[in-house]
Amino acid sequence: MLSNLSARLCSFVLSLFLIAFALPAFAGPFEDAVAKFANDDYSDTEEAIGTVASSGNKLAFPIISALQDGRLMADPDSKKVYVTGTDGKSIDAATGEAVASVPDSASAVRLNNRLRRSVDAALGSLTLQSPDLGARLQAAQSVFKSREETALEPVESALAKETNKSVKTALGEARAAILLFKSDATEVQKLEAVATIKARGDQDALALLSDIGTDQPASVTKAAASAIGSIQSSLAVWSTVQNAWYGLSLGSVLLLAAIGLAITFGVMGVINMAHGEMVMIGAYTTFVVQEVIRTRYPALFDYSLLIAVPLAFLVAGAIGMLIERSIIRFLYGRPLETLLATWGLSLVLQQAVRTMFGPTNREVGNPSWMSGAFELGQITITYNRLWILCFTLAVFAILLAMLRYSAIGLEMRAVTQNRRMAASMGIATSRVDALTFGLGSGIAGIAGVALSQIDNVSPNLGQSYIIDSFMVVVFGGVGNLWGTLVGAFTLGIANKFLEPVAGAVLGKIAILVLIILFIQKRPRGLFALKGRAVEA
Amino acid sequence: MPTKSIHDIAASFSRRGVLAATAGLMLGLASISGAKAADDTIKVGVLHSLSGTMAISETTLKDTILFLIDEQNKKGGVLGKKLEAVVVDPASNWPLFAEKARELITKDKVSVVFGCWTSVSRKSVLPVFKELNNILFYPVQYEGEESERNVFYTGAAPNQQAIPAVDYLMKEEKVKRWVLAGTDYVYPRTTNKILEAYLKSKGVAQEDIMINYTPFGHSDWQTIVADIKKFGSAGKKTAVVSTINGDANVPFYKELGNQGIKAKDIPVVAFSVGEEELAGIDTKPLVGHLAAWNYFESIKTPANEKFIKDWQAYTKNPKRTTNDPMEAHVIGFNMWIKAVEKVKSTDPDKVIDALPGIEAPNLTGGVSKMLPNHHITKPVFIGEIKGNGQFDVVWKTPGLVAGDAWSKELDGSKDLIGDWVGKKCGNFNTKTNKCLGSGS
Repeated sequence: MLSNLSARLCSFVLSLFLIAFALPAFAGPFEDAVAKFANDDYSDTEEAIGTVASSGNKLAFPIISALQDGRLMADPDSKKVYVTGTDGKSIDAATGEAVASVPDSASAVRLNNRLRRSVDAALGSLTLQSPDLGARLQAAQSVFKSREETALEPVESALAKETNKSVKTALGEARAAILLFKSDATEVQKLEAVATIKARGDQDALALLSDIGTDQPASVTKAAASAIGSIQSSLAVWSTVQNAWYGLSLGSVLLLAAIGLAITFGVMGVINMAHGEMVMIGAYTTFVVQEVIRTRYPALFDYSLLIAVPLAFLVAGAIGMLIERSIIRFLYGRPLETLLATWGLSLVLQQAVRTMFGPTNREVGNPSWMSGAFELGQITITYNRLWILCFTLAVFAILLAMLRYSAIGLEMRAVTQNRRMAASMGIATSRVDALTFGLGSGIAGIAGVALSQIDNVSPNLGQSYIIDSFMVVVFGGVGNLWGTLVGAFTLGIANKFLEPVAGAVLGKIAILVLIILFIQKRPRGLFALKGRAVEA
Repeated sequence: MPTKSIHDIAASFSRRGVLAATAGLMLGLASISGAKAADDTIKVGVLHSLSGTMAISETTLKDTILFLIDEQNKKGGVLGKKLEAVVVDPASNWPLFAEKARELITKDKVSVVFGCWTSVSRKSVLPVFKELNNILFYPVQYEGEESERNVFYTGAAPNQQAIPAVDYLMKEEKVKRWVLAGTDYVYPRTTNKILEAYLKSKGVAQEDIMINYTPFGHSDWQTIVADIKKFGSAGKKTAVVSTINGDANVPFYKELGNQGIKAKDIPVVAFSVGEEELAGIDTKPLVGHLAAWNYFESIKTPANEKFIKDWQAYTKNPKRTTNDPMEAHVIGFNMWIKAVEKVKSTDPDKVIDALPGIEAPNLTGGVSKMLPNHHITKPVFIGEIKGNGQFDVVWKTPGLVAGDAWSKELDGSKDLIGDWVGKKCGNFNTKTNKCLGSGS
């Protein structure tokens, strides 16, 4: 009896001790939740996100944002969780105390898409009143997407304090999104919400309104249906604008790829099947430039393309001149032989690059000013496409000016128009031939720099552009740069308006058929050269 | 002039004649040495494109087989003989595949061929393998609807990749609306047909499925990505199932990233994007997009870690990635070695009969088995793209999935099975109990 009692007492004291010791580690739900991050289980992580976010603890924000960036480290053995700051310093996530270093056994807490959405929602309500304008705007948008009812109060209090107009609109939309789906919101509130979302007018608004379900008051359903109708009709107008923009963008890519060919084929009359490979060489030059910059001067990365442009021009131009001097000059006036020789050459160049750089794609990074997009009304304009359009027009203008106003441009025009007369006037025609071919190849090289931003950098890069380039030059009218410009944009825009209707494959076929019919009617293309020059 | 000096005779030869004679002599020498080597080695044919568009994917597989042969020879070869690789380059040219296959079998007398990537190249060599009765190991995921006596399919059939991936999206991501996007050729078209039938059998309505095809090497994705965005804004959770072929993926993912489509909004699950394809892009905007494969480089098993280490040492490149078709070749190669050792012969007929039932460990910790329909059992993994170009496995099938030669989802093939053990038939109709002849 006594021994029994003492045993009980003993165990009681022992358990008291245990509790006392355990207390610092498991002091409350917050610490419990933080420890769950170390379980490497998606459901546990999701629970932990919810608890931490609603705990009101000042560590909640650093923990969740670290989780988003992959800076939340968890040690599966000790169940300790650490936040690694962007400055490299670490703290214990449960206590906030600084730690000297994170143990090696710790690894970043893993996320999947479902958890990423929870993190966004949690961060949304945590950063609604952040001093940073961008963070507030993002927070309002992620609340709009997640439309968690728990976020209603923080949104309303943030709305009361907000002074910035665009954040205020975003917060209003977030509030509307929550109210629309809140079962106990009044009919008036819901109707107001529909109006707010209708004013937003984009695809997200459309998605939200289409999703409201059937358990809504009849007036709300009706208002939503009419809002959907009006958003759809305004989006239809925008989609035409969007197609036009895509067409311009595709046209600029076609033009860029074809300008070099407009000189070698259009002006000189050389059927240059290796033109695509000059584009590829330009793209690989960009790759090499970026490799050097990455290993030696990482700070210059944003300027890599600016450095690559002149280099690509020189490399591709030099190779072009070499080809002209060693092969093509013996084949002037023999189109079939030129075609075969340059086609063989294109295979040689491809295989040479494949041997040097390997058969796999090479990574060419986008500088920060070429990544991402901005919204213009209801269409998304990506920076890389916009820059390529500007770049193409600049290259075109410079080339045109050069042919028109420079001495070498004059000589080039003279030689291509009447070789013998030019020669009698004292122009070294063979030197001009080499320079013209070099110029065309160099411009193809520049095109490669731009195309490396939107396409694969692989040995096959050039092949995919050669047919399109010939198509543009022939369609636009051989020997006329303006024809190439108009041809490229016409084909680009026609293609992009056909694509949504006919699909990408049929669209392309339709374009080819149209060109064949057009060439039947006007064999010399859109802008035919007239006069004796044609026969020369 | 009664006599002519040697010098004169030589001079009277045209340059071309001398060249031809020398070339002939060299060819003769080469064939003699080739014949000699055939006595004490077993020849293994490697039929992968080393130039042209497919070189990007197939070159690695050639290296894989050379690596496996090297490893096997270090262990003493097979049946007391060394293995010798005969590498040919079909140059991404489909008719050339058939020619090169014929050359490997008749001229080089190989005992087995590892090769092909695209379905059209496989279809082009099929008649050659049937006529000359040799063995082809085909390592790439494909559309199914085929079971040939001479071919062993070590890549995934649709039920080992596409269907589990769709199941995952339905269960975990609660996807209700589907975009099936693919390159316009046989594999995406058949796979999408199977998926469409499967989705409809799960109650997905026609208007919730969008099917889109693009040409090979498509690089202007603006319209299609915008369409996907629009399709995804109908208020139901949307996902993209991508059978877009290797090369076109880079501009596709770049456009997705630039237009701001995040994986948490519209996830893309791809069947043709592996570690090799991601090596060409900055993957940070793509984090969270998915791929379904039977193998990922990031899977941590002792077998896989050893394989990666040995492979990187063999290629002398500490960054060289591994991928799913490579693992398929590893499994296929080991199965062939086991079958040859079992029948103590490299005679194709004997090896073909011995292969079904042979088991070989895969690199992800299981043991794959060759089935009577010449497909193998494999685990299925869903991986999420990470920022470093690798995949993080988020889901896997509980066990190994047996490959179906004929899809159960399509009306035309649901009653068919391939059974080269009992029925000796590649397309046996279980309803009518009849063999329909050839297996494709």
